[in-house]
Amino acid sequence: MSVSTRTPEAPTTPGTETGTPATGVAVPGTAAPPAGRAYTVGRAGDVPPGEGRAFVAGDVQVAVFRLRDGSLHATQAACPHAGGPLADGQTDADVLVCPLHLYAYRWSDGSSTGGAGPLQRYPVREVDGLLVVDV
Amino acid sequence: MGPGVADSRVLGGRPEGLTSITLDDDLDPRARLVVVGNGMAGARFVEEVLERGGGEQFRITVFGDEPHGNYNRIMLSPVLAGESHEDEIVLNSHDWYADNGVTLRAGVRVERLDTAAKLVHAADGTGTPYDHLVLATGSYSFIPPVNGVRREDGDLLPGVYGFRTIDETREMLAATSRCRKAVVMGGGLLGLEAARALQGHGMQVELVHAMPHLMNAQLDAEAGAILKKSVESLGIGVHLDSLASEVLGSEHVEGVLLEDGRRLDCDLLVVAAGVRPHTDVAVRSGLEVERGIVVDDQLRTDDPDVYAIGECAQHRGSVYGLVAPAWEHATVLADVLTGTDPTAEYLGSRTATKLKVAGVDVATMGVNSPERDDDEFLVISEPKRGVHMSVVIRDDRLVGATLLGDTRKVAYLTQAFDRGSPLPEERIRLLVDLTDGKEEVGVADMPADSQVCNCNGVTKGAICGAVADGCGSVGAVMDRTRAGKGCGSCTSLVKQVVEWAADGDVAEDPAASYYVPGIPLAKPALMAAIREQDLRSVSAVFAALAPGGAEDAKSKMGLTSLLKTVWGVDLVPEKDGEFINDRVHANIQRDGTFSVVPQIKGGVTTPAQLKRIAEVAEKYEVPMVKITGGQRLDLLGVRKEDLPAVWDDLGMPSGYAYGKSFRTVKTCVGSDFCRFGLGDSTQLGIDLETRFQGIESPAKMKLAVVGCPRNCAEAYVKDVGVVAIGNGRWEVYVGGAAGASVRKGDLLATVDSPEAVIELTGRFLQYYRENANWLERTYDFVPRVGLERIRQVLLEDAEGIVADLDAGMQASIDAYRDPWGQDAREPATPGQFRSSLPLIPLPQVPVR
Ligand code: SRM
Ligand SMILES: Cc1cc2nc3c(=O)[nH]c(=O)nc-3n(C[C@H](O)[C@H](O)[C@H](O)COP(=O)(O)OP(=O)(O)OC[C@H]3O[C@@H](n4cnc5c(N)ncnc54)[C@H](O)[C@@H]3O)c2cc1C
Ligand code: SF4
Ligand code: FES
Repeated sequence: MSVSTRTPEAPTTPGTETGTPATGVAVPGTAAPPAGRAYTVGRAGDVPPGEGRAFVAGDVQVAVFRLRDGSLHATQAACPHAGGPLADGQTDADVLVCPLHLYAYRWSDGSSTGGAGPLQRYPVREVDGLLVVDV
Repeated sequence: MGPGVADSRVLGGRPEGLTSITLDDDLDPRARLVVVGNGMAGARFVEEVLERGGGEQFRITVFGDEPHGNYNRIMLSPVLAGESHEDEIVLNSHDWYADNGVTLRAGVRVERLDTAAKLVHAADGTGTPYDHLVLATGSYSFIPPVNGVRREDGDLLPGVYGFRTIDETREMLAATSRCRKAVVMGGGLLGLEAARALQGHGMQVELVHAMPHLMNAQLDAEAGAILKKSVESLGIGVHLDSLASEVLGSEHVEGVLLEDGRRLDCDLLVVAAGVRPHTDVAVRSGLEVERGIVVDDQLRTDDPDVYAIGECAQHRGSVYGLVAPAWEHATVLADVLTGTDPTAEYLGSRTATKLKVAGVDVATMGVNSPERDDDEFLVISEPKRGVHMSVVIRDDRLVGATLLGDTRKVAYLTQAFDRGSPLPEERIRLLVDLTDGKEEVGVADMPADSQVCNCNGVTKGAICGAVADGCGSVGAVMDRTRAGKGCGSCTSLVKQVVEWAADGDVAEDPAASYYVPGIPLAKPALMAAIREQDLRSVSAVFAALAPGGAEDAKSKMGLTSLLKTVWGVDLVPEKDGEFINDRVHANIQRDGTFSVVPQIKGGVTTPAQLKRIAEVAEKYEVPMVKITGGQRLDLLGVRKEDLPAVWDDLGMPSGYAYGKSFRTVKTCVGSDFCRFGLGDSTQLGIDLETRFQGIESPAKMKLAVVGCPRNCAEAYVKDVGVVAIGNGRWEVYVGGAAGASVRKGDLLATVDSPEAVIELTGRFLQYYRENANWLERTYDFVPRVGLERIRQVLLEDAEGIVADLDAGMQASIDAYRDPWGQDAREPATPGQFRSSLPLIPLPQVPVR
């Protein structure tokens, strides 16, 4: 049983969009794919408190959020419902709200409070002022 | 999310790899319960079984021809009308089945049963053993054998649709964007709902009905005639006594030929000529089938282990086409199979129907006309108003009712009908409220087991129970009992019952009075607290006023707006407190691009502006440039990263088309040009927009100024509408709307100078900003507060606040800064305009 949302199966343009620091700062040891690897996607300062920003980790686009409590979270960048840009969403300690149809997704397990989803989450951490995401 | 786009999406589905197939383990002692048909009856039956602890007794497998989870078929009409989103009608998602240990074989059609070997043979070649089998295969749309309706291969001619499934509904929705003319075959409930839905998409719709009057199954000729008028007044063509003799078109439907030789052109044909029970499986399995699958009072077929429920079942000669009986079947059968009540019996249903067509209220139950000499028959008929009401009474019991054009008494009558409860001496009271409070009495009289919500089979008792268990509000009760969560037509009755059960002191939905869900305060209290405690940022408000200091994502936007109103420049901005539209000063589109609507005051532009807009549109390959309903130009499909450059190149201020704020002032050409003009509406509109541009508010503020009562710029239906009436005098209307609801504004005052108009407008807007709830448009605000009150406050200064209102508005005006002018220079936060979908090439919206 599969769900096809408007998110393209595979990215149609490879590589990173200009301005994304993904390629800017490489951390020794975290080179290219295969997946399951850690990628440095940007600087801690790239994600302002309470907001989200999208990055490219390897060949995966991820949305990274810094909640008001300072905690970091990373999810798939496109909403499971209809491909909405989750990094443009709004957050609180419990959920991420997509800007297009306001479905909310729990940080705890990626499940949606409104029947969409679930949301793919990725481990993210801050290492010496850099954002590192495992995909 | 457009139609077409989502076509293949599985409704209530789960992503790749998440389906759980419970392996049929022979050590499992539980009996095998197999349900064929994952529709409203089948799924409800499974729910009922689980509720009775059947999970321990049975290994449940459900076969569903449709790939989707279980959805509310009733609601396909609102979905087709674009009033509901398909996600809202999911009843049980695939997850639900998995979570409840039910194996869902979605998208798998069952071919036949081997009742001897007790095997279910499915189209995918599998054979599934069962101990108990339930057929809930429902019905399919009957397609009359009209010439040309099918192609050689037997498929329907492209452009021809039945109206039964979400997939058909999606295809029709997608078609609405391509098609102009539709013909709907069949003037019953379904046909009427389809016709209205399609017409709502701007299609020209002709309704072809074989019978002499509409809804002939429910209405008598007289009521049918009145219904015809109401339907025609909606702009739908009605052709009675008309049989289609041929469907025209070879590749795609082009029209319909009627027997009388007339030809109706169309590029979409909906066949709603009745349904037929899905009995093929039963027939192939050698079960007794007449019109439907014949069952006894325990829903058992002539095979002791095979049952049938819902529309496919024929009980005591009758086959039902409604959901309520289907759910009664489900309940009885669950009682029987789980042993909760082995003797439970189904003795037939009394059916009531409701037409879900906005603007045409029809509710019917039982018979529509007297059948015996001593039947009492009361009719109130007002063809002019399109109202027709009648009741049939037999031996002091209500045996039938028809309500057309006025269904206020439907709840009360439904009770009387279902319960055979005693009727008022003065029969007229059945149809008309002669005294107030009649409804409450009705509610009090209802027996506990009388059904309030037919969609979800919720009784008055269940609702009272929920209240007793501490559900303090209507909302809480609805969540707990699911009452009112079906077609919604019972919501008002649910409310009455809750109020009655809670003995008057219904906790007015506490949340309902909150300004935003996350802070348990109504707006005035909230504003007071914000001022007293000097809270200048959204996070400060949460910390100080939210339960446990917890922030709430869905409250942030409303709080930001309120704080801007209270503090103006002195607000401590927090970008995450804003909705994306406000964060980037543009309106987000379905693909994550944005729309840019530059300010064009009063809808008056210049060749220079137009040139610049044209250049920008070309330079940034803007997918669509559109003349908006607000008298300006919308550049749609702009990349987020391009926004600052676009603004820079435009060199025009923001038009705030994205904000809950002051939007536009539409104007007409007025006295300078128009030969009827009584005042310079254009200049006044420009002045109003100049003064109030960008002011944030609880909801949009859209204005218009017209030069005479011909009202060319639609001032009567604006939040504030100004009309020149000559001799320098201007009428100021407030609370008008022509959006989701349409309302003519109320005349606030007639003043005698443009300056007076601007002053009064400012006072009204500020009063609205300070007192309206979040997202409450003036068309709700004005009636809520009352025009009289507003007049007293604004014209007679009854509260002595006019000076404050003026000051408050002035502060906001002073605080105004064009956001484009600012953020174009330097981002407000790092990456403010970074793409949020870096790997998806935007725009994905079509380029025109
Ligand atoms: C562009 C435009 C349609 C057009 O091409 O003409 C439009 C487009 C949208 N309207 Fe509108 N409305 C547009 C004029 C109107 C009008 C006509 C008018 O303003 O004179 C109305 C009826 C008057 C009114 O405001 O009610 C109108 C009533 C709505 C409503 C219903 C509001 C209500 O309370 O009934 C919504 C939904 C909402 O705001 O919640 C809405 C929402 C929208 C949204 C913002 C949908 C959304 O929530 O994202 C659309 C944004 C598209 C975009 O990015 O531009 N739009 N919308 C019009 C822009 C006018 C402008 O220049 O700013
Ligand atoms: C647009 C619309 C509006 C309606 N409005 C109302 C209303 O306002 N009020 C009201 O009371 N009723 C309304 N109805 C009728 C109501 O939806 C039906 O009465 C109800 O759905 C009957 O439920 P059911 O389970 O018997 O049939 P269905 O809901 O049709 O379910 C049958 C299911 O069985 C599946 N199936 C069939 N054969 C097989 C097979 N061989 N193998 C596997 N699966 C199979 C079908 O795919 C279908 O999913 C409306 C119907 C429509 C289409
Ligand atoms: S522009 Fe307005 S009317 Fe058109 S689809 Fe969007 S919200 Fe609806
Ligand atoms: S795309 Fe995210 S909620 Fe619809």
